[in-house]
Amino acid sequence: MAQQLDSAESGSRATGTQLVKRGLAEMLKGGVIMDVVDPDQARIAEDAGAVAVMALERVPADIRRDGGVARMSDPEMISGIQAAVSIPVMAKARIGHFAEAQVLQSLGVDYIDESEVLTPADETHHIDKWAFTTPFVCGATNLGEALRRISEGACMIRSKGEAGTGNIVEAVRHLRSILGDIAKITTADSAELFEWAKQLQAPLPLVQEVHDTGTLPVPMFCAGGIATPSDASLVMQLGAQSVFVGSGIFKSSEPAKMATAIVEAATHFQDPSIIAKVSTGLGAAMKGLEIGGLETKLAERGW
Amino acid sequence: MVGPLVGVLALQGAFAAHAEILDGLGVPNLEVRTHDQLQQVDALIIPGGESTTMSMLLDRSGLIGPLEERLRDGLPVLGTCAGLILLSTRILDGRPDQHALGSIDLDVRRNGYGTQLDSFETDIAVAGFDSGFRAVFIRAPVVERAGDSVEILAMVDGHPVLCRQGSVTVAAFHPELSNDNRIHRSFVERVPVNPKSDTSAI
Repeated sequence: MAQQLDSAESGSRATGTQLVKRGLAEMLKGGVIMDVVDPDQARIAEDAGAVAVMALERVPADIRRDGGVARMSDPEMISGIQAAVSIPVMAKARIGHFAEAQVLQSLGVDYIDESEVLTPADETHHIDKWAFTTPFVCGATNLGEALRRISEGACMIRSKGEAGTGNIVEAVRHLRSILGDIAKITTADSAELFEWAKQLQAPLPLVQEVHDTGTLPVPMFCAGGIATPSDASLVMQLGAQSVFVGSGIFKSSEPAKMATAIVEAATHFQDPSIIAKVSTGLGAAMKGLEIGGLETKLAERGW
Repeated sequence: MVGPLVGVLALQGAFAAHAEILDGLGVPNLEVRTHDQLQQVDALIIPGGESTTMSMLLDRSGLIGPLEERLRDGLPVLGTCAGLILLSTRILDGRPDQHALGSIDLDVRRNGYGTQLDSFETDIAVAGFDSGFRAVFIRAPVVERAGDSVEILAMVDGHPVLCRQGSVTVAAFHPELSNDNRIHRSFVERVPVNPKSDTSAI
């Protein structure tokens, strides 16, 4: 019986399919993905219940402070983090820098973030993500940008927000813009979809798919400015399916506590009494920045 | 298809995909995050996701005790991927604080196939199905040992990937992702009719 059931010879294995790539994004829903810069932080994140970590050399708040060109992280640092935890490890490549992405794939990272937090390498082209077995997540500020990234092969979309500010206002703007346009397209008639595709500068078949399903073709997470459990609850109530927290954890006064609290907030985002409980006695959240005072707006990177 | 109320554990992971399949079958379902919600359901699906995260959230939400109790009382349960890990007897490379609920006599190894680069889909033969099932394996666990009381319903490379023991069914892959509702349908069909919700009884 057991021998007859063994399907090793009957079906060949297919890796890197859309189902396999988008599938991992499904598994990360309702969770928190945390930026970490070394194996110790990665372990703190895993102990707190992170569903994945993003390995990078400097959190966005430090990239802002230090300036200079921000690049893919040192492979040694990424490998060290992979060895330290059992949850998925993501890493960032510069926009358009397919050679960095090739390196990250060869290191076996579980997801590649083609990220505006790093200094862009190409002012016109994003990476052709279909060429990779490793899945990609990309940032978006509006629906057109999201659909262009999906047409290039992205398997997860996140709002860009304004990374490293601890200020949620931009992420909220991006989520409302993406979800607002999805709602409008869902009720548009078939003739109007051509105009939507033109306005959004997005492929018509994807606009039609949004119209038919009422949702993005891939999971949509929130990133950029989340600093408290209430921030996580806010963006998930608006429609984000998971949250990325960058500087918000390790720039707070008690990272392990903050990390644990945001994990619980992502699960119980609809229950204010639990958000209140986990927000109690957390210490100081990261200080944060006003968007108007920024010299560089990272969200404007990407095309 | 009207059936029992099926809960989907919604602490983290692919719970929405399971609910969508149940909706497609016309099976009433409920996202379960609290003790009260757990008490309402006639059966439970534990979805894929990160087993370490789910295990911690079971502790912090106080669900672990009530869940163990309902499992002991024979609550029908379907565990996929992380759900399989949580329901097994022994987790070979889990975190020391990770729960193994011991509902099905399996030893499992987390991420047994490797990283996301090694995640794959393939056609498998399932006992009782008259055609193949497209199975999606995502950073999937490998079953290293199955006890004598475990019924093996499908295998890949000599390792069980779909197993049943009494009211507990587990899959190392993701039946909620491949647009084929046969595994959910057969799970729901095996859930005993709840006398309270059986409207056909007169």
